[in-house]
Amino acid sequence: MILVNENTKLVVQGITGREATFHSKRCIEYGTTVVAGVTPGKGGIKWEEKVPVFNTLEQAVKETGANVSLIFVPAAFASDAIMEAADGGIEVIVCITEFIPALEEVKWHYHLRGKKTTVIGPNCPGIISPPGKCKVGIMPGYIHKPGNIGVISRSGTLTYEVVTQLTEQNLGQSTCVGLGGDPLPGSNFVDLLKLFQADADTNAVVLIGEIGGTYEQEAAQFINSEMTKPVIAFVAGSTAPPGRRMGHAGAIITGSASKVSEKIKTLSAAGVTVVENLGEIGLTAKKVLVGLGLVRA
Amino acid sequence: MGLLRALYYRLSTASIACYSATLKGLLANFGIHFCKATLTDSYFSLYLIVSEDSMKIHEYQAKELLAQYGAPVPKGEVARTPEEASKIAEQIGGRVVIKGQIHGGGRGKAGGIRTAETPGQAEEIARSLLGIRLVTHQTGSEGLPVNAVLVEEAVEAERELYLSALIDTSENVPLMIASEAGGMEIEEVAAKSPERILKQHIDPATGLLPYQSRNLAYGMNLAPEYVRPATETMASVYKLFMEKDCSLVEINPLVTTNGRLLALDAKVNFDDNGLSRHPEVAQLRDTSQEDPLEVEAAKLGVNYVKLDGNIGCMVNGAGLAMATMDLVKQMGGEPANFLDAGGGASEDQVTGALKILLSDPKVKAAWVNIFGGILRCDLVARAIIRAVKEKGLKVPFIVRMNGTNLEEGIQLLKESGLDIVFESNLTEAAKKAVSSQQSVLG
Repeated sequence: MILVNENTKLVVQGITGREATFHSKRCIEYGTTVVAGVTPGKGGIKWEEKVPVFNTLEQAVKETGANVSLIFVPAAFASDAIMEAADGGIEVIVCITEFIPALEEVKWHYHLRGKKTTVIGPNCPGIISPPGKCKVGIMPGYIHKPGNIGVISRSGTLTYEVVTQLTEQNLGQSTCVGLGGDPLPGSNFVDLLKLFQADADTNAVVLIGEIGGTYEQEAAQFINSEMTKPVIAFVAGSTAPPGRRMGHAGAIITGSASKVSEKIKTLSAAGVTVVENLGEIGLTAKKVLVGLGLVRA
Repeated sequence: MGLLRALYYRLSTASIACYSATLKGLLANFGIHFCKATLTDSYFSLYLIVSEDSMKIHEYQAKELLAQYGAPVPKGEVARTPEEASKIAEQIGGRVVIKGQIHGGGRGKAGGIRTAETPGQAEEIARSLLGIRLVTHQTGSEGLPVNAVLVEEAVEAERELYLSALIDTSENVPLMIASEAGGMEIEEVAAKSPERILKQHIDPATGLLPYQSRNLAYGMNLAPEYVRPATETMASVYKLFMEKDCSLVEINPLVTTNGRLLALDAKVNFDDNGLSRHPEVAQLRDTSQEDPLEVEAAKLGVNYVKLDGNIGCMVNGAGLAMATMDLVKQMGGEPANFLDAGGGASEDQVTGALKILLSDPKVKAAWVNIFGGILRCDLVARAIIRAVKEKGLKVPFIVRMNGTNLEEGIQLLKESGLDIVFESNLTEAAKKAVSSQQSVLG
């Protein structure tokens, strides 16, 4: 398990909003310990009659010892919320908010320079740890199953598809992390591969990439030099036309290196098993892991 | 805006970091992108590619904005009729250039930029350009409509330079780029002679520092009289970039001519996510330059990109939407579009998205692929039924769903009595979409 587990004490920033309320309930149902909420101006109330709401994150941390934050505040205030969480001592920040202006993202990236805080997202599904019974995000909990596969992805529903296939093959997950589709993400593949490589509960990693950027190439370089655990990858967007943004702000082909073919080539050269048919990711993962003796046939 | 500025400058007072890191990796940006040819640490070949996305405006609008921020632009004005063009040419006096205004490059080679010696000639050229669809190597075969021309003083350039501002997504800070090799596509310069591309990473708390502008100006080997105008132009470009949430401000070429420095051509693109705080910028959008179905999709809040194939796909989530298109191709078909209704779309959005898909005459088969998470399968089923009832069903329609409320969704589709094929297996669904389209054509 990485980043979140049974000891996670979650604070939800913007907890009183509609989306935040819906998803916070799902997180609690999954087993997450939600210790606090933050909504400026609503301090003192109890959210859903159980979780204390604070006006500031600083107060929330002081009173409850929250160590992980989940951000649902609107795009105009999300950058401030990230900096508030980081300055308040939160170790892992998951920002779900979509449509944050890039120059707002520049601010928090700059402010967090040199700090140890991990930011996942923005514009991401979050983190889930099935063995730790902890969900900090918006993914459907029931498709997951405790196990030893780490999953890292740049997308949301595509990850749910892949996780479902893994679960169908009886391949449980240690932790699944959605990095988000923004061009200035808080964490990238390499950051997460490092954690999975060091994690005793993870035997193998499934990496789901897409067009745009060179995150996959950087991952390949790391896998080649540092990873001993097997990696299975899928890269979406081989049919995407150059120069057009495909939904995610960061998903755009802008040169030969951001194409799927290049990413697949580099990953394969690093010893990664690259699956090309979306429908066969679960099956292929099973074959590879059985072949390595990591799971039984 | 004032509030945002205040917040902005309240940021970290940390000492100015020295951004020594070289550009690494292809940096997916909003406007310009970089990539390296190899992954070796010792050598980078840098490519810059101007992306076709994020909100674009016309050259004349870009120049108006630059002028507002104090950057020097040639004398000129926009005309929407040949008579207006003649009048502007007369006011300017002497030789003028008539530039067709479209959202696409390569206008010169395509005959979209022409010189006139007299106001009469200017009128003639404007008449020949206004109302046509200009086809360039960037527009596709259908071209883009010319609804306005920019009439501008003709300038004899002594030197052609390059200047731009964008965000470097590997360093997560703004970046200013300058080159003495202007007037050609900058990615070409980056590929052939990367040493001629000068970069200054900008500390977002202090902004572009005067010495950084000097580094760029002297680095371009400018004659002394051009150094100050150049550094002032850089300050203007940076200010515009930051204040209007641009994804790219590019002047190419920036020319020297008889002691004047001028932005001869300019491009300003905007971060779509910043538009809500700049209504005056959002107003500059010219939807005549965009695909009508894409404009409709944007209004609906769904992501739609038209492609060349004939299998229409509707999916929730961008990654799954791309992977679905890929699967269509792997099964021997060609996707007609990228259509991401969103991970948490509403019934109206899904219905609207499907109607857009079914409006495309090129679509010979429709495939809906949904992973129900937040978006429930029963909601999708209701949306499908609504869309099909409103639009009619002229093509084979395949639905593959999985996830939340799947059974209810299937039940609704069955009860609807519509001729819809349900297939739970992903690969099989793709095969069915491809083969049904083939049988329609056959």
